[in-house]
Amino acid sequence: MPQYKFRVNGREVSVDSWDAEQPLLYVLRNGLGLHGAKFGCGLGQCGACSVLLDGKVTRACMTPVQQVAGRAITTIEGLGTPDPVVAAFIHEQAAQCGYCTSGVILAAKALLSETPHPAIEQVKQSLAGNLCRCGTHTRILNAVMRAAKA
Amino acid sequence: METLLLSRRGLLVSFALGATFGRRGAAQTARSLDASEVDSFLAIGGDGAVTIYTSKVDVGTGISTAICQMAAEELGIPMARFTVIQGDTALTPDHGGTGGSSGVPRGGVHIRQAAATARVALLGLAAERLNLPAAELSIVDGEVRPGGITVASLIGGKRLALRIDPKAPLKKPAEYTVVGKPFLRPDVPAKCTGRQIYIQDFAVPGMLHGRVVRPPGMRAKLLSVDESSIRGIPDVQVVRIESFLGVVAKDEWAAIRAARELKAHWSDWRELPGSEGLDRFVREGEIGRDETIVNRGDSSSGMAAAAKRLSATYYWPFQSHASLGPSCAVADVRGEGTTTVWTSSQGPHSLRTFLGKMFGIPAEKMRVIFIQGAGSYGRNGNDDAAADALLLSRAVKRPVRVQWMREDEHGWDPKGPAQLLEVKAGLDTEGRIAAWETEMWIPGGPPGPPALVGPEAAGIPQGRGQSAGQMTLNADPPYRTEHVRVAAHTLKDTPLRLSNLRAPGKIGNVFAVESFTDELAAAAGMDALEFRLRGLSDPRALAVLQKATEMIGWQKRPSPNRESAETGVSSGRGVAYVHYKQAENHVAIAMEVTVERAGGKIVVRRVTCAHDGGLVVNPDGLRNQVEGNIMQTLSRTLHEEVKFDRSHVTSVDWTGYPILTFSEAPAVEVALIDRPELPPLGGGEAASAPVAAALGNAVFDATGVRLRRVPFAVERVRAEV
Repeated sequence: MPQYKFRVNGREVSVDSWDAEQPLLYVLRNGLGLHGAKFGCGLGQCGACSVLLDGKVTRACMTPVQQVAGRAITTIEGLGTPDPVVAAFIHEQAAQCGYCTSGVILAAKALLSETPHPAIEQVKQSLAGNLCRCGTHTRILNAVMRAAKA
Repeated sequence: METLLLSRRGLLVSFALGATFGRRGAAQTARSLDASEVDSFLAIGGDGAVTIYTSKVDVGTGISTAICQMAAEELGIPMARFTVIQGDTALTPDHGGTGGSSGVPRGGVHIRQAAATARVALLGLAAERLNLPAAELSIVDGEVRPGGITVASLIGGKRLALRIDPKAPLKKPAEYTVVGKPFLRPDVPAKCTGRQIYIQDFAVPGMLHGRVVRPPGMRAKLLSVDESSIRGIPDVQVVRIESFLGVVAKDEWAAIRAARELKAHWSDWRELPGSEGLDRFVREGEIGRDETIVNRGDSSSGMAAAAKRLSATYYWPFQSHASLGPSCAVADVRGEGTTTVWTSSQGPHSLRTFLGKMFGIPAEKMRVIFIQGAGSYGRNGNDDAAADALLLSRAVKRPVRVQWMREDEHGWDPKGPAQLLEVKAGLDTEGRIAAWETEMWIPGGPPGPPALVGPEAAGIPQGRGQSAGQMTLNADPPYRTEHVRVAAHTLKDTPLRLSNLRAPGKIGNVFAVESFTDELAAAAGMDALEFRLRGLSDPRALAVLQKATEMIGWQKRPSPNRESAETGVSSGRGVAYVHYKQAENHVAIAMEVTVERAGGKIVVRRVTCAHDGGLVVNPDGLRNQVEGNIMQTLSRTLHEEVKFDRSHVTSVDWTGYPILTFSEAPAVEVALIDRPELPPLGGGEAASAPVAAALGNAVFDATGVRLRRVPFAVERVRAEV
């Protein structure tokens, strides 16, 4: 079976996949036991599967494993402890079911790494590709703004 | 750093959420499951740790935390020593499924009474040992004082063997130290770090991945399958049971590709009416049941005597639970005479009953275990996914995990029904409501257990029940009216399967009643708030209306807003009120919107809400629920409508069925009115009920156009404005 080598959360990994088109999401969840990225739609519409690929927010459900060979991936499990964005989310209790949370946190990480002090409108726009069904929007926005101030 | 931040906000560190996952552990000896016994609900270990057992499951609403607070308060044992086991038919007593916002008012209150009964018994034991009157003793920090005997040394590891005493005295609200405090939810840190194990993440050894292939026509028959079409995909097994078609594979991606690529030939089926013009279908459909819901005074003579008469028709569409994570379940038929199903169903006990009947498995031979999934907001596809997993596991004699794909969830979850409401009212010469009539039409079907999709296709006999919950409440005005009549017509049939979707019926009914109340206020030339206040006398109703409007900075004037009418962007404000189910929470919501007249785009700027749900158990948890109710219902009002053609649902992804995005999220301010002397009510539904009406009223104030049909989609607003 073909092998693919890449970095996940700073660790070099090598995975087998019978299909070069297999989305990264299933490799992370089933092959590497990293469940933080979720299956939401498989269509790149909801953001639940978000990871950082070379620092950029990427939909793992739409990214074939062959495309990540030699590259660096960060999942929610790879953030520091404590991570300031995670701490802000906990402080604001910015989750209900939490199924969208890891994707939203990674989108916020990517935003804050480029724009450390965004206006609320920038935060809203940069999270527009992440859906939250429970309606936790206010708390999530407050958490990102809190992290930006910290 | 984290602790500092947390304490600054006044949040308190919480307890643990236990998960047995059904693995055999040391603590799992046979338990009492009798819902009248104290031991069924709580166990105090030799180390003084307390385990709460409940059938009320926490789907991200925070009810576990609230229930623990209620028990911890009565027992005098610190929150940090609590663990909650939820929704495991082998371990938890059945005191009802989760729904109808009943977790705290029924589940929590029940467990509080068990804890109060236990406290009386513990103090009795301590009194004997200390030779002091029990009335002079209390439990603080897990210790009897005075005397310093620990609860663990009194009872640790042993059963209390007591029935719950409905008269066991409760602590007085003035003495509360745990109830009313914003304890942190223990699941939030796990959810923010990817450590939470959802049903979608759960696996058992030897498990295979399953997917179901759905027909293009919802009730089409499977004619043939060409297994050679998936020859290139490794280790896939096709399962066919009559018209149920599934695949299982060791590798999840193989199962997904196989389900997608498997060629199957289906019969032609086109018996749906289509969602276009569905309001007429609902209005003219064959009626199965007529009910008079309210009949006070004599509405027809009241109407005839009125100085001014108005009427209007409101429509609420079919909507989906649209869970962010598609439904998922794991089933294992391999146990020694036991079938195990892991699910995030809100009713694990009732699911066991449905599945047991369908598959001929006696209750004692099946264990259903809850593991939290993505938010479900009622009975989404979870019960169906459990049946799919069980069908596949029985076929291949291995544990099978089924996760629905996005198009399965949007296309096949049972839906919240469409509602059509015709409302009429008469005003007297002073502009007061003299008479009111509401007539509603709702899709329906027979009572009883629901049909699940997989077993339906597999030809397994099952119920045909079509229940969407209490659909007919809050269809009468909460304002003083002498003559009121509310009639409900439930149709014989429904184009799509029904189930309860958050605040069933009440959102659509309040949308009609509170929008129409605004129409009456406008007809009377009165300010919308003034018109409402004049018709109310309950101080709790007045308090929420006054608070929400004060927070938004309500300016008294009749609607529409004349100053706003001539510019390109109109602004307005609206208000709506509900006395939930005419018996529970009092909620008022006020809103500020702008409407781009040319484009038709509605922008919700600010929402304020005053919420009186009796005793507040966890203010932060309740606030989170109220905010969620508001955002989700804004989404349902602005965007959501299930679309279908003659054969199937066509709004099967987030483009076809859009929901509110972060870019549209308004600022939301919530004021909780605490009534410590009253019983606690639920937080999961009530605040959703006035949202659509408050929004419609604000749009009317801004534009003079009355939106009577949901969703308020841009094209529709543009056409109307």
